[in-house]
Amino acid sequence: MEAIKKCGVYLRQKIKQLFTSKSFIVSAISLLLALIVSGIILAFSGYNPFTAYVNMFGGAFGDMSRVADTLGIATPLILCGTAVAIAMRGGAINIGAEGQLYVGAMAAALTGIFCQGLPAILHIPLCILAAAVAGGLWAGLAGYLKIKLKVNEVVLTIMLNYIAIYLTDYIVTYGVKAEGMVVKTPNVAESAILPALYPHSRLTIGFILAVIIVFVVRWMMKKTVFGLELQAIGNNLAAAETGGVNIGKQFLVTMFISGALAGLAGAVEVMGVHKYFIKGFSPGYGYDGLSIAVLGQNSPVGVLVSAILYGALRSGAQVMDRMTKIPSDFVGLMQALIIIFVATPGIIMAMRNFARRGKKNHD
Amino acid sequence: MTEFLAGLGTLLSGAIRIAIPICFGALACTICERGGIVNIGVEGMMLAGSFGGVLGSYLTGSAWVGLLFAILAGVLFAAIHAVLTIKYKTGHIISGLGINLLASGLTTVLLVSLWDNRGKSDAVASLGTINIPVLKDIPVLGDILSGHSPLFYILIVIGVVMWIVLYKTVFGLRVRVVGENPQTADSVGINVTAIQYICVLACGAIAGLGGAYLSIGDIGLFSRDMVAGRGYIAMAVTIFGGWNPIGAFGGSLLFGVAQSIQFRLQEVAPVQIIQMLPYILTILVLILVKNRPKGPAAAGKSFDREAG
Repeated sequence: MEAIKKCGVYLRQKIKQLFTSKSFIVSAISLLLALIVSGIILAFSGYNPFTAYVNMFGGAFGDMSRVADTLGIATPLILCGTAVAIAMRGGAINIGAEGQLYVGAMAAALTGIFCQGLPAILHIPLCILAAAVAGGLWAGLAGYLKIKLKVNEVVLTIMLNYIAIYLTDYIVTYGVKAEGMVVKTPNVAESAILPALYPHSRLTIGFILAVIIVFVVRWMMKKTVFGLELQAIGNNLAAAETGGVNIGKQFLVTMFISGALAGLAGAVEVMGVHKYFIKGFSPGYGYDGLSIAVLGQNSPVGVLVSAILYGALRSGAQVMDRMTKIPSDFVGLMQALIIIFVATPGIIMAMRNFARRGKKNHD
Repeated sequence: MTEFLAGLGTLLSGAIRIAIPICFGALACTICERGGIVNIGVEGMMLAGSFGGVLGSYLTGSAWVGLLFAILAGVLFAAIHAVLTIKYKTGHIISGLGINLLASGLTTVLLVSLWDNRGKSDAVASLGTINIPVLKDIPVLGDILSGHSPLFYILIVIGVVMWIVLYKTVFGLRVRVVGENPQTADSVGINVTAIQYICVLACGAIAGLGGAYLSIGDIGLFSRDMVAGRGYIAMAVTIFGGWNPIGAFGGSLLFGVAQSIQFRLQEVAPVQIIQMLPYILTILVLILVKNRPKGPAAAGKSFDREAG
């Protein structure tokens, strides 16, 4: 009894800390501002913003199956967001999550199709491992070229995205295409399918896996030497180097972990949602990961919350798209405004100062 | 021999057509980064230009007014990037990504609202092509110089002017100093902020023109996300070209030739492998070219007078 009480007090403290922290307030105000500005843009384009938002909210949280879909869409987003955030913390800009996701998805699909006869308890981890390694190596390639040959990693990861998408397309078209017109692989073995948490939805145990990973990454950043060194590089490269951190090796490992997480996102899509690899399956989860990392201010828990929010935006937008004439691409507009406001605390400060000055003048 | 020349002519003319929008993007990136502002948002600025071009042409029926709209749209998005990175010191990469998302979302919403179509706009007046008499009949040379959109000639003028301004004028020297070391520039009385605003806005105008080439340069319609990664390729070309307008021309032409050969290879190799080639080529070039010039030293860091 006493323990439960203590636990409750601790949780309440933590939640209070979260909601009063500066980064949370900046994110929340940014979100509100983004809603207002995109509402104004909608109104100017001749739509009713209130109908749009009501439909979106209903679409995201209307009933249990919508909530399940929201969390299901959030799953790859959590992983991609964490992938980008961990790289950013370590001073690397990983714009390649999209490509790493495709490579990981393909590895998971191939392992799922060709390793037959394993029990699920072995087959699922094997597929996940394959995806993580594939994604990690893909990102590691960018990391290697960056440290060895000083090629700009921003351009490099963008180019690798295109290459990954065409490469996986090639493999599926010429290597393992299922019969029919659609460019997809055959289904993965039954033993490689992630069990669903809610029937007929995208929500699988992949979501639980993603949440666990968030907390593992959080622990790693706070409590391990590796995590602290990683952040030391991100904060001040020169100081970290003087302090004896092996920059090259650390950078490579950071990129590998980042890519592995993005690869996992591909695995949960293949093993949970589609059951096969299909050309062009990602609507840009990897790129979403970038804005999620920004909104979550590169903290694992922040990423978790932001990814669920983005999942809600996406699943809400699907319903809005059906119910109104507003295209679901509208979400991209909102996301853009959110990251611009979050990344620019100066705007919120300026508004606050303006409001204060206004008040003074009033007196 | 004539057959070979004709083939070469078609290849080069195709390569130039592919290179034009990328070169606009690369010139835009070049001037921006010379002023110390990294611009991954060139993709979005080009998209805004594409849409602006069609909008202007649709509203007035004149593709030249469309061109004006394209410039304005590019400048508008560049202004957002400028205010964020210069005034509010937002991270350049993040601001650029924001610009890209914003342009993609906004143009699609406006596309549906104006033309009630999710894929593409109605057909509008385009700039068409210019055939230069006499010259157009010379093999190869005629293919290179004639039969292009007017924007091709505008592109060449912009490139030459940018080179002269950057390397032969006091203003250009100041721009380069700002990109290298804004603190030094500030200490000798150069107005860093003003120079950076000029660079970013010029970048937006040029990117807008590049976008307009895609929409009203030839075909005369806007389709969703029609820039399709050319802005990112332009960034790579900028690096490859050593942040120099002449290099930007060379880099985009190389990319155009690679892409143009790819269309011919499609009968002999799987399409996906061939589609990969330009991107692999870009990476290889970045790896292999020794003594690559380094970019402006201060690019990517917002200038803070107090911090200096």
